[in-house]
Amino acid sequence: MSQKKYETPLLDELEKGPFPSFVTEIKTAAAKNDSANDLLGVLEQCYRERRTHWKHGGIVGVRGYGGGVIGRYSDVPNEYPGVAHFHTVRINQTSGFFYTAKALNDICDIWDKYGSGLTNLHGSTGDLVLLGTKTDVLEAIFAETSSRGWDLGGSGSSMRTPSCCVGPGRCEWSMIDTLDITYSLTQEFQDELHRPAFPYKFKIKTAGCAVDCIASVARADLSIIGTWKGDIQIDQAEVKNYAAKGLNIQAEIIDMCPTGCMSLNNGEIVIDNANCSRCMHCIAKMTKALRPGKERGATIMVGSKAPFVIGALLSHVIVPFMPLEAPYDDLKDLIRKMWEWWDEHGKNRERIGELIVRRGMREFLEFLELDPIPQMVFEPRRDPFYFWTEDELNK
Amino acid sequence: MADLPQRQTDIGPPHYMQFLPPVAQKNYGQWKYHEQLSGGSMVHVAESGDKLWTVRAASPRLISTDFIRGLTALADKYCGGHLRFTTRHNVEFLVSDESNLKPLMDELKQKNYMVGGIGDGISNIVHTQGWVHCHSAATDASGLVKVLMDEFADYFTGTKTLPARVRFAVACCTNMCGAVHCSDIAVVGIHRKPPAIIHEDVKKACEVPSTISSCPTGAISPDPANKSVKIKADKCMYCGNCYSVCPAMPISDPDNDGVAIVAGGKIGSLRSNPKFSKLVIPYLPNNTPKWPEVVAAFRTILTAYENGARKHERLGEWIDRVGWEKFFSLTGLPFTHQHIDDFTIARETYRTSAAFKW
Repeated sequence: MSQKKYETPLLDELEKGPFPSFVTEIKTAAAKNDSANDLLGVLEQCYRERRTHWKHGGIVGVRGYGGGVIGRYSDVPNEYPGVAHFHTVRINQTSGFFYTAKALNDICDIWDKYGSGLTNLHGSTGDLVLLGTKTDVLEAIFAETSSRGWDLGGSGSSMRTPSCCVGPGRCEWSMIDTLDITYSLTQEFQDELHRPAFPYKFKIKTAGCAVDCIASVARADLSIIGTWKGDIQIDQAEVKNYAAKGLNIQAEIIDMCPTGCMSLNNGEIVIDNANCSRCMHCIAKMTKALRPGKERGATIMVGSKAPFVIGALLSHVIVPFMPLEAPYDDLKDLIRKMWEWWDEHGKNRERIGELIVRRGMREFLEFLELDPIPQMVFEPRRDPFYFWTEDELNK
Repeated sequence: MADLPQRQTDIGPPHYMQFLPPVAQKNYGQWKYHEQLSGGSMVHVAESGDKLWTVRAASPRLISTDFIRGLTALADKYCGGHLRFTTRHNVEFLVSDESNLKPLMDELKQKNYMVGGIGDGISNIVHTQGWVHCHSAATDASGLVKVLMDEFADYFTGTKTLPARVRFAVACCTNMCGAVHCSDIAVVGIHRKPPAIIHEDVKKACEVPSTISSCPTGAISPDPANKSVKIKADKCMYCGNCYSVCPAMPISDPDNDGVAIVAGGKIGSLRSNPKFSKLVIPYLPNNTPKWPEVVAAFRTILTAYENGARKHERLGEWIDRVGWEKFFSLTGLPFTHQHIDDFTIARETYRTSAAFKW
């Protein structure tokens, strides 16, 4: 292998400093791989010219799937032939991003054989991303990975690879089995994941509690967020331990409670649970002393996305509390109905959150057979302009 | 390729349980509490009394197979092979045997891994592909992450702490594959001029109706004479969504592209509702390779927050308490026409009260 040697004075600057360097990573891969070497060259040119040198993705993939591989081509292929094709393969990550050394080493072996040797752990949606390969080896990569138990993730107008927080695998606050819900939904909706048939993308993220480590409320068309009913469990001995260790319970816990439902009485915490909004502040700061109530479930929210087209949206409540036990049939039925409505009315590249804005919550809720309740809104409307149906007039 | 193994389709990901350390399998869903031990380590304790230690280290996310093998070798040596990644791209070594904790941390230190990312500081930066791999990138992402994390390394390692966690994000265009819209301080790549239209290519590569409907401001209309589209330049706010739909409308412009800084967003519901980030600096140049203006802006914002916030108050909560007018006076950042919203929620953001601070 006789490699072109690129001078990279700008990128070399990014090898200095304490944080691990992506430039060092590209150079490491480049020592063994021509594509990675040409990536180094083209990236230096990007830094010099302050612009990208990638073209739009083309349609590439593996037989029988409509997604999972993102076509990527350089706009300067003659200068950097190693990145003329530089496609991304999305491997569906494990629930909670748990791995064994052996599993990752297997993937590294495959990737060294067929790809650039560069990866993203992980992509923004959650996939294990293999970065940079050529069209003619895609089937081989798929055969090697799928025969070892790994499938592709989603891309395009499909259900995207669901992802979740660490959940019951290692967290005391996980009110629902985020790992299993994510696994179960992914398995249930394989066809929707691999064969894009929706108006646009549909992301599902499951968070065990309102701390929302997976950014479900901001980054998922369907946000499943664990919560509880019933009283917060208090261990008053541990409350006293926190105080003894210097926690200013009045200032840091009681006074910061957004609903003012807590008080301190002779060193003991008193909670007016009927007025608690389950925000998680007190529990997160006093994890040994305060624990969520015992009836567990999830709040189901819908519609969040980045700014295109009407501005960024956060997900909003449609089901305040849903118990979630395997096999999660209620949740799966709800998802199917949502998709049915979106499929019927959604325009090309219209996310479900945008469609709800366009056609109104009433139609969406009626289709899902959900009754309106105050928990769905911050406040009722201010204007006097609203619709009545014939049925409502005749009541 | 006859020597290839038999492919399988629609198998989904492997079942998660096999990857959990035995102690996590045994105590699945039965965790009682956790304690932070240092800037990069913590212990989770189960109802049974069993413990699982976690050591977290930084990753640049764009990593080579050699880097991964380095991680897996450490996992094999100290963790029975068990490791995971966080939603912010850090690696976590899952230690079941306490006697392995110190040797692991020593070896990480000796090999120059950056251990940290836990607690009230700055964890790793959620970010996008940038010039490494994306056609619509108005800036690079990995480079910005590198220079910001170098600058604020002490807040990652736990050497320095903050009133609460401060989440950074970088998105290389307004498509925002990174969580910029709900982060404490974030960078987003922007354009400042309308796209060009290559009429010849529109005919070949673009669907006119979907190109028109991709425009949030209705700036694009049909151009039947050219079998193409035209743009009303004064309605275009340079989002680049048309370019995503129609490759014949390139918007990249090195002399005018750059980044905007937004701040005050959050995701969790703790204390206050999730919030969007808001614009604080409308434009800074792509001054490669180190974006010094961006780093300085982050320092300015972080310093004002550090000086003004109460314990546990997130950056956006501090700003909500003191007021945005105070934020601009405390940081000294200029307030411009670009800061006042004229998009879909504009009227909601106008101050409809005579009570404000000087």
